[in-house]
Formats: sequence, C-alpha cells, structure tokens
Amino acid sequence: MTSSILVVVVGLTLFGYFAGRRRAVGAALAAGSRNFHSLPGYHGGYVALWCGLPALTLLALWQIVEPAWLRSRVLDSLPAAMRSLPEAELGLAYNDIRNLVEGNAVARDPSPEMRAAAERYVELEAQSHKLAAGAVVVLGLVLFSWSYSRVRPQFRARNRVEGAIELLLIGASCVAILTTIGIFLSVFVESLRFFRQVPLTDFLFGLTWSPQTAIRADQVAASGAFGAVPLFAGTLLISGVAMLVAVPVGLMSAIYLSEYASRRLRAYAKPMLEILAGIPTVVYGYFAALTVAPLLRGLGESLGLDVASESALGAGLVMGIMIIPFVSSLSDDVITAVPQALRDGSYALGATRSETIRNVVFPAALPGIVGAVLLAVSRAIGETMIVVMAAGLAANLTANPLEAVTTVTVQIVMLLTGDQEFDSAKTLAAFALGLVLFLVTLALNVVALHVVRRYREQYE
Amino acid sequence: MSSGSASSLKEAVARGIARRYRNERIFRALGLTALMIGLGFLGFFFYTLIGNAYTALQQTRIRLDITLAAAVIDPDGTRDPAALRDADYQRLARDALNALFPEVESRAERRSLYALLSPGAGLELQELVASNPAVIGETRTVWLLADDDVDVLVKGHAPRDVPEADRRIDDAQLGWLTALEEQGRVERRFNRYFFTRGDSRDPELAGIWGATVGSFFMLLVTLALSFPVGVATAVYLEEFAPRNRWTDLIEVNINNLAAVPSIVFGLLGLALFINAFGLPRSAPLVGGLVLSLMTLPVIIIASRAALTAVPPSIREAALGLGASKMQMVLHHVLPLAMPGMLTGTIIGMARALGESAPLLMIGMVAFIVDVPDSPLAPATALPVQVFLWADSPERAFVERTSAAIVVLLLFLLVMNAAAILLRKRFERRY
Repeated sequence: MTSSILVVVVGLTLFGYFAGRRRAVGAALAAGSRNFHSLPGYHGGYVALWCGLPALTLLALWQIVEPAWLRSRVLDSLPAAMRSLPEAELGLAYNDIRNLVEGNAVARDPSPEMRAAAERYVELEAQSHKLAAGAVVVLGLVLFSWSYSRVRPQFRARNRVEGAIELLLIGASCVAILTTIGIFLSVFVESLRFFRQVPLTDFLFGLTWSPQTAIRADQVAASGAFGAVPLFAGTLLISGVAMLVAVPVGLMSAIYLSEYASRRLRAYAKPMLEILAGIPTVVYGYFAALTVAPLLRGLGESLGLDVASESALGAGLVMGIMIIPFVSSLSDDVITAVPQALRDGSYALGATRSETIRNVVFPAALPGIVGAVLLAVSRAIGETMIVVMAAGLAANLTANPLEAVTTVTVQIVMLLTGDQEFDSAKTLAAFALGLVLFLVTLALNVVALHVVRRYREQYE
Repeated sequence: MSSGSASSLKEAVARGIARRYRNERIFRALGLTALMIGLGFLGFFFYTLIGNAYTALQQTRIRLDITLAAAVIDPDGTRDPAALRDADYQRLARDALNALFPEVESRAERRSLYALLSPGAGLELQELVASNPAVIGETRTVWLLADDDVDVLVKGHAPRDVPEADRRIDDAQLGWLTALEEQGRVERRFNRYFFTRGDSRDPELAGIWGATVGSFFMLLVTLALSFPVGVATAVYLEEFAPRNRWTDLIEVNINNLAAVPSIVFGLLGLALFINAFGLPRSAPLVGGLVLSLMTLPVIIIASRAALTAVPPSIREAALGLGASKMQMVLHHVLPLAMPGMLTGTIIGMARALGESAPLLMIGMVAFIVDVPDSPLAPATALPVQVFLWADSPERAFVERTSAAIVVLLLFLLVMNAAAILLRKRFERRY
C-alpha cells in the first residue's frame, strides 16, 4: 500500500520535472532565451521539488501517526468491560487483535468481541489508507499546478533549487550531531532506569559483580550484585598489559623507521606494520584464544607458574600487538614533523644519533606522543572482540595478569546477547557500563586533543 | 698544568666515546628489535593462519556403490517430486556401507558404523535423484560426505595411535575406516560446501555463503546511507559552512565519533533501531544502519581532505565564468574530489566489513542456516561467523574458522587494493 503511494509520488515528481522543463523551454523559445533568469533544468527541478518533498513528508508523518491512531480507535470500539482492563492486558489484547487480522496463530480462542474488533481494525485501516493516498496525491497535484504556474522568464528558479540543495547539505551535516545525541540519550536514559534500581554509589564503588537477578519474585537464588569495580580493574589490567607491549614497541619502531631505516626498508616495513591495523579484531581474538593462550599456558607450566587459560596476559599481549601500528604511525607523524634544524644543531654539538633522538627529538615530539598514547588507551579500553574471545567471563578482583579477569566490554556483550527481557536490571546494567565506557573514552579523546594542541611546539 | 688537564679531558672524552657509541648501537638494535617484533608477529600470524586454513579446502569423502532402489525412493512409482524429496536417502547410504561390512550385525555396532557417514550424505543422494530422476533403480558409484570426526582423523588433525578413550572414534570405527582406506574408498576432495552453504551444526556441512551474503547486504545498506550523507556533510563543511561555533561543534563531534568504541554504536542500535523503532533483530538492515553511523566519520574526514586538495584556482575560474557557488561545487570541485572520496569510502567499507562487536548487540549472532534473501531476513556476517565458529567445540571447526578468516582477509585485501589503485590512477598534481 505504502509502496504504491510511493511509486505514485515518484512518478509525479518525475512528471513535474519534465513538465516544468518543457514549459520553460517553450517559454524561452517564445520570449527569447536571453530574458530567462534560470536554465530550464532548474525550472524543472523547482517543480519536481514541490511535487515530491511535501507529499513524501506527509507520507512519512502518516506512517508514524497511523499505528497510534488505529490503536486508539480500535480500543475505543471495544466493550467497556475490556476497556477498563489494566494497561498491560489491554496491550496483550490489542496484540491478539492484530494477530487475528494478520491471520497468525492466536494464543487464546478469539471471543466475538475480539472478532468484531479485528473487523473494525481492517475497516479502519482501509479507510486510513484511502485517506492517506488521497491526501498525498491531492497535495502533490495542487503543489504541482501552483509551482508549474510560476515557471516564467523572470522567476529565479536556480536560486530556489540551490537553496533546497544547501538545506539538504546542512541536514546531512547534522546527522553526525544527531548520532552523538542519539548515543548519549539512548545510553543515558537506560542508565537512569538502571540507577533507579541500583544506587549509583553501589555501581561505581561496589566490589562484587554477579549480575544474576531473580527472574521471578519468589526465587531464592541470586539477588544480583552490581559493583563494577572488578570490571574497571580488569579493564585497566588488560589495557595496562596492552600498553606495556604497544607503547615501547610502537614508539621504538616509529623512531627506527623515521630516524634510522633506509628509504627502501621504510617503504616496505611501514605498510606491512599497517597491515596489523587492518586485521579485524575478531581475528585477533581468535588468535589470542587459540594460539597465544595455550602457548602462554605451556610456557607457564614449564616455569612452574599457574597461568589461567583465559589470562589477562594473553588478551593484553594480543591487544597490544593490535595497537602497535596505531601508536607507531601516530608517533611517526609527530617525529617526522620535528624540524631537521633541531637535529642538525644537535649533531653539530657532537651528539650521537641516539643522543639527539633522546635529548632533542623526543622532548620536542612529546606532546604528540602523549596524545597518541592517550588515543591508544581509549582504543584499548573500548576494544571488545579480543577480550570477549580471550578474557574471562567471571568478575575477579586481582592485579595478577596470569589470572582470568573480565572487562567492561565483555560484560556488556554477556548481558545483552541471547534472550532477555528489556526491563531487568541485568540488561539495563549493560547500558550503565556503556555510559561509563562512552564518557571515559570521550574524556580521553578530549584530553588527548587538548594535549596535542596546547603543548605543540611552534616552529618558525 | 693546562696541557695535563687537556690531555686528561681528551682521555675522558675518548673513554666516553666508546661508551656513547655502545649506547648508540644498543639503541639502534632496540629500534630494530621493536620493528622485528611487529613484523615477526605478522609473519607468525599468517603462518599459523594459513597452516590451519588450507586443509578446509578439502573434505573427506567415502566411495560407496549405492543401489538407488525404487522401493525406497519411490515405492508408489509416481515420480512425484515431493515424494522423491521426502524419501529416506540416508538409509540407502547406510545400506551401501553395511553391504561392505556384512559382519556388522548388532544394532549398536551398526549405529557406530553409520556414524562414519555425515548426515549430509542423504542430502547429496537426494540432490542426485532430484537432478536426474532417471537414475532411480540403478546402482551408482558415489563419493559421499564422511562425518567430521572421520575427516579430522584422515587429515591427521587427530592422532590415530592413542588409546581409544582419547579419540572421538572408537576402535571398531577406526578398523572399518582403515579397511575402507585400504580399498581406496576414502579420499579428500574439494570442499565445495564451504563456499556454497550457510551455517550448520555439522562442520562438514557448514559454509560461509550465508554469512557472505549477509555481509554483502549490510555493506550495501552502509554504502547507500553513509556515502551520500558523508559526501554532503564534507561538501557543506568545506565549501559552504560559515566559520562559527556551530560548525566548530560539528567538527569536534565528527572527530569524537571516529574514536567512540564500536560497541557503544551497538548499544545505540539496540536501544534506538530495535527497541524504539521496532526494526527486526538479526537483520542486515539494522546492522547496515549501525555500521553506516560508524563509517560516516571516516568518509567525512577523507572527503574533506579530498576537497581541500582541489586548488582554489579551479573554484575561481568557475566563479569567474559566471557559475553560481553551487554550480562551481557540483560541476567542478566535486568531480575532481570524487576519486579521493571514493578511496576514503572504500577504506571505510573495509573497516565496516571487519567490524563485529556492534553486530553482537543487535542480535546478529544467531545461528542461521538459511542464506538470507533480503536485507530484512535474519542473517549473520563474516566476522560474526568467525566468532561463532571459534566458539564451537568441534575440532573440524578450527580449520573452517581459519579458512573463513582467510576469506575475510582476502575481501579486505581486494578492497584496500582497489582503494590504492583508485588513488594511484586518479591522483592529480596541480
């Protein structure tokens, strides 16, 4: 139904374009093209815009409003006894009516009232469709004839069409803002619902995490504990291991590539290192779980250490390797940006290359490097697949990297995959964790950008 | 006195020089080591990956002489396709296997003999009959799919010479298998199911086609949404926007969005698209929507860079000839910037193809056998398929997971190579 209206609107728009264009061409032939302000195509575009956009907007509005309107009208037609049902049961009854309409299996045997309501629904829906189709087509035709009549030599169609395009561009650039607002609101609203059930202080400072809540009120088991400190600690532990790998290796490779390596080595080694950044994280996760973890376990056994098969060390190591190219390419940019004059001055004073790097280049590049490291930390904290596949599931408050710990992202995935009801504290907790994750990474990014801007050395 | 201090200074410097040169060498070696750690990991990674993956190209099959008895397939003789479809083909395969080992009589023994064959063997016979009903009543030599435990053993992934308790196959089964091998009835053949089927609980029947199609639909949605919006945003910010607080806010926003963890986008998708808008779970449409929001910053940043690279002289020439600002942008600047924008888009698409964390949030981790036929059908994606298989306990899934990763990496390679080619081909120096 909607799609056929859509086809009509699109057809009308196309017709509007060609009709407007033709009229402009005809008028130009009659009056002489020199007197025309805009090219015929712009007149066509102007008519097409008026034919299409308002009609499409109306159609979209109708799509949004129709279900609510249908619902209220159908429920109004129900007998009083049914209308006074509590909200939840009324919703169920309404679902049954809709299932009845669509011919799906209905849980209960439909009563005569329900059948009547279903018939009413069908009737109303048909009515509303007719109404919408009529309104859309009439609107399109009225606006077509109005805009068509405006096609005259003096009419500035180009300016109008260009204005519409610019509005479109502005609209597109607002999508980014809307996304941020959407992320914040969706995560924030669900988190508020969570904090209504679990106090904020319990969440931020509690030391036990066991998100198993009772599904029925009379259940004995698990009351659920939502102390997120073990998750934060686990995230920090794994990210810490990752940074211990990524920062020295990434930084030293960047220094080697930019200061020592021959042109040829650089031409080959740099893209190869960047391949590491292009490998999907799920692949790293698989590698960590299947290759690195058993390797570490075997190594630990031969040294007499007890390494958990989902140790923080394994996940952290692989995550560190994933982040190497991130640190190295960002630091590489900063190091190459240090002016050659500083190096030359240092060499002239008799310093060796490594002394120059350590005492001159590195301090000059430090703000950029700190910024790169902060961005890398935010990446490590938000990384999901590696830890989901290679880190533990149970919360464990420890600083020993050989044990299994869990992270914020792992718990978000655990809480939200599989069947769940959306209102339990268990699923809402995932959004609270998501909010923490969002705010922390946002803060890290802002600080990183600030450090880079504020402390950047200005040369020349 | 002065000559004495000078010589001692010289000595001190000379002593220092040796130390400083040693430090220099150590520092340099450290740098090289760091580089080698990164590259060495890359080599190790590809070595183990390909070493695990290549065996998935082949699958063990058993040669059997199947009597396609009309009494079993089509007892009524109607050749009705529905009847042909529902016949017990697995029984035909089992009878043929039993005929090779007539000494197997007890029920339990037979059952373990039949376990050498995959449940897919019947499906293969069904396909054979469906494609050519004339074979009913004949005896055909067919290579039928073996069970995954047999496959693992034949490929040498599981040892044969260990006690029975450590094997997935018991002694009797191993004996039958050895006998079959001695008769030349066991062979490894090209594993076509891996490339043509959807997911399955039986490793020998599981393939990546379903996930590939799911990924394709998702990328289609992502491309259709993020490319126009990304290019429009970049054009507005670069060419039209006044420099004020509002556009500053948009810019900061875009940079921050690029650094938001992907899983947070998944939360957005769950709360907004699924719970608020009521879009179906597990659908590539929702996955594509989420991924397009993630890809948008990448495309915007690349497109802006491409627009800045177009020299002002072109803009001025267009304006000088009387073009309006919009005509200048649409007719001259945009076509020149398009290769750069497309390069950025392809790179963004490649990143979207490898992304899996947000897809877990919106229910694309479901076990889905059917190959999706539209962006609204339940589906999974290639990286998620890797995730699902990596979790499966069967040994035979290890090689499949690795092979799926290789396929995924090949796709990424092709996309990145296309981006590089595009850049090389259309790169202009003004």
